[in-house]
Amino acid sequence: MLSLLAVEIPYWGQSLLRVLGGLVAVLLPAGTIVYLFLFKMMSFMQSRLGPMEAGPYGSLQLVAEVGKWLQKEDIIPDNADKKIFKIAPIVVLVSTFLLVAVVPFGPDAWFTNFETGVFYALAVSSISVLGILMAGWASANKYSLLGGLRAAGQLIAYELPMVLAVVGVVIQAGTMNLQQIVVAQNSGAIFGFDFLGNPYILTQFVGFVVFMIAVQAELTQTPFDMPIAESELVSGYMTEYSGFRFLIFFISEFATAGVFTMIAATLFLGGWGVPFAWFGWSGIDDVSNWMNLVGPVILITKMLLLTFIVMWVRFSYPRFREDQLQRFAWKVLIPVSLVNIMVTAVFKVVM
Amino acid sequence: MTMLDDKLGDRQRLSYIAAQAADARLNVELETEGMTLNIGPQHPATHGTLRIIARLDGEQVVWAEPSAGYMHRGYEKLTEVRTYPQVTTLINRIDWLGSFANEVPFILAAEKLMGVEAPPRAQWIRTILFELSRIANVSLFLGDLGVQMGAVTPVFLAFRDREYVLNLIESATGGRFHPNFDRIGGLKDDLPAGWVQETKQVMKKLRNFCDEIETLLFGNEIFQSRMRGIGVIPREVALQYGLSGANLRASGVDWDLRRDQESPLAWKHADWKVFTHPDGDSFARSWIRLQETREATKIVDQLLDGMPAGPVMAKVPKIIKVPEGEAWVSTENPLGEMGYYVVSRGDLGPFRVKIRSASFNNISIVPWVLRGVYVPDIITILASLYFILGDIDR
Repeated sequence: MLSLLAVEIPYWGQSLLRVLGGLVAVLLPAGTIVYLFLFKMMSFMQSRLGPMEAGPYGSLQLVAEVGKWLQKEDIIPDNADKKIFKIAPIVVLVSTFLLVAVVPFGPDAWFTNFETGVFYALAVSSISVLGILMAGWASANKYSLLGGLRAAGQLIAYELPMVLAVVGVVIQAGTMNLQQIVVAQNSGAIFGFDFLGNPYILTQFVGFVVFMIAVQAELTQTPFDMPIAESELVSGYMTEYSGFRFLIFFISEFATAGVFTMIAATLFLGGWGVPFAWFGWSGIDDVSNWMNLVGPVILITKMLLLTFIVMWVRFSYPRFREDQLQRFAWKVLIPVSLVNIMVTAVFKVVM
Repeated sequence: MTMLDDKLGDRQRLSYIAAQAADARLNVELETEGMTLNIGPQHPATHGTLRIIARLDGEQVVWAEPSAGYMHRGYEKLTEVRTYPQVTTLINRIDWLGSFANEVPFILAAEKLMGVEAPPRAQWIRTILFELSRIANVSLFLGDLGVQMGAVTPVFLAFRDREYVLNLIESATGGRFHPNFDRIGGLKDDLPAGWVQETKQVMKKLRNFCDEIETLLFGNEIFQSRMRGIGVIPREVALQYGLSGANLRASGVDWDLRRDQESPLAWKHADWKVFTHPDGDSFARSWIRLQETREATKIVDQLLDGMPAGPVMAKVPKIIKVPEGEAWVSTENPLGEMGYYVVSRGDLGPFRVKIRSASFNNISIVPWVLRGVYVPDIITILASLYFILGDIDR
């Protein structure tokens, strides 16, 4: 029995709550990111207003766009491998939903509480590569194929720095459970000074930077957007998709952005929590029940902060070339994160 | 090969070796299966309908060829059935981003045949509008350069500031895109009141835009790594392929028709500089264009200060008949050397007009320069060579 806000909930209720919560946790941030950053922030950076007609300040623009896409014809090319072509976008979206399963939103508000949550998250995030490769191959289009192959090469290259960047956090926290990593950050102290807790963005700053660069690459946002590269490959692996299936790709792009930055916020910014010293809590058991409601808000705020950085980079940088990107991953990011692991391990043993 | 002499830098030599390797792969027929990629005619990076047939090995280009002509409109033939004043309407549409600059060489050729000289004020206004259309043209290039590499913001800045220039052209000529303002013997009208002050303010804005682009784009490390050492064209090759304009100057050839050629237009009255760059790569070509935009704003400023008074139209008959003869006039247009060879048989219209447009010659180097580069580099090289489809396919 799960006790949420002192209410006893039966098992079927919990399951229903989890499914609904999962939908909300994936789709709500995705919509917010699209509206706030893709529509509005991008426009303001480019000295224009962006959508202003649908709803106040264009806030219903996304609804209008979804309506538009749903009306469009679902075109499947004649030469396409039809089954694979149809499954591919769903595979990409499913990986996003699997990813959100381990993110803790509050002391009791989580979908599942894996002991090896970090490991699971990093493993599941690679599934989207499969979907992209399927889409690229099944489209029977040379641009799609090039885009799919680029995506595969890029996502695999950036998986490694991402894992290595997280290893530093895992060493410092001494656990792979995301909930315990959050608790370790908020109840921790830097040299006995516990007013800020110990958010790992301070002590693992190198790891944070490497992780965010890898996230940028995993999300295929500029400067790492060669798989889509609209000026070279038209739309990369999405070229042949239209209507509903394109919509799924579109949603999953921004939903994944949301989930990845949620995980980054959990690992480096203290997740759902505030420093426990503020309220005199000493551990997870002391945390009062209302954090189950405030926690998600705090997490989403931190998520939006990190997404802001991701999008800011996206709108201001040109993109790398394929070989430059690989060189950057293997010659810069991986050595840096290895050194980071070594330094972290030495400090952990010494202190 | 004589190109590999000691004067070349490391970058040029490396790019040359990559090209040689591509040649070798094509000739030896190694056991790899290639792929032919049609870039265009409908592709976001070709600004229209240019088609590049590229033979790829993985992502490396082994062989590439441009295939032009999807938008051929037969202007050379059409001019034969138009009268002289009507021709300017057509040739406005050749390089549609710098329209006014297309009219000038043709009108100058017709004036040369008729022995008419436009009054000095008309020549000065022509030069100013010529430089304004250069600014309108090249500022869009500078914004587009970012888009080709995925940086979406510069193009909006470019459109914002180009709008000021288009407004100026509109208030002077009545047309934003296709002014059709040049007449044999002068101009259609004088400048409107207040135009000079307004232009000076806009030129200040454009100089700010150039600074903005220089820091936002040209100072960016990723931009530099994408552009430097890519698509290197050595001096000799550039001359052999008949490149002109910024593409030639970027290869180190100090050649600018505005300065090097006797012309009735007013460039000689302004104090300005011709930029060259020794590298010959994509970065050099873009950098030259950026500097030229800034230099063009200075030319406009200086010409506005010293503009002579007087009429803008010489005495020409109502019905223009050009005496028999042949004339060739070319000018340094935004895209490079543009010239008209006009043959007249004494009729109302020309007997034959040969149009030498810059982009057509400039893209002839595409097969040479694309050997051995990667697919993303195709786009940056094409962007930096800077062609306008209408200028290729007349």
